[in-house]
Amino acid sequence: MDEKKLAIIATKGSLDWAYPPFILASTAAALGYETQIFFTFYGLQLLKKRLSLEVTPLGNPGMPMPMGMDKWFPVLGLALPGMQGMITAMMKQKMKSKGVASVEELRDLCQEAEVKLIACQMTVDLFDMETSEFIDGIEYAGAAAFFEFAGDSDICLYI
Amino acid sequence: MAEFDQELDASGLNCPLPILRAKKTLNGMQAGQILHVIATDPGSVKDFDAFSKQTGNELMESKEDGGKFHFLIRKS
Repeated sequence: MDEKKLAIIATKGSLDWAYPPFILASTAAALGYETQIFFTFYGLQLLKKRLSLEVTPLGNPGMPMPMGMDKWFPVLGLALPGMQGMITAMMKQKMKSKGVASVEELRDLCQEAEVKLIACQMTVDLFDMETSEFIDGIEYAGAAAFFEFAGDSDICLYI
Repeated sequence: MAEFDQELDASGLNCPLPILRAKKTLNGMQAGQILHVIATDPGSVKDFDAFSKQTGNELMESKEDGGKFHFLIRKS
């Protein structure tokens, strides 16, 4: 049986959107898939050594709010300074209490399982990012390199 | 429950950690050896079934006992 392949493009840099690429990639690797994640634009935040990912309730009516906060703090209240940090802290606490892995842990598990992590070189240049900000063991490449792998993949996801 | 060679307690862990921990433990075992996984995540019932089908490691037993899920997996 040929090894199956999973190709993922990760484009988002918030705490909630960090989960799908790392959960799916680590699980696919455990199932025997050869897996690559191509990080572009805000997705590059997921490769930083020091992750400072947050979650925002703004423009996100589907986000369950604790203690009916959405009634006490209608949209303008959610835009107040400090609110995003508070919601992020509550979300992290909730995840911990439910036994959900941290993003760092899932990312480590991906690297351990030899999931190839590729940073979009163009985005690094665009946002004047330093490669020293990023974790070790990643590659830097462009769209053509993504297609070399994705073209042969069995599953290809844009997240 | 039948005999097993290694035990992994994944109680309290949520998706996908029970599967990832099980895979890691199986990596360190010999073919034919049996791993006993204990989990509390209700999603793990379908997940271990799917894991077994896709990796060829046989799921010998899957049962619930006192709010915990028990799986016996034979390494292929």
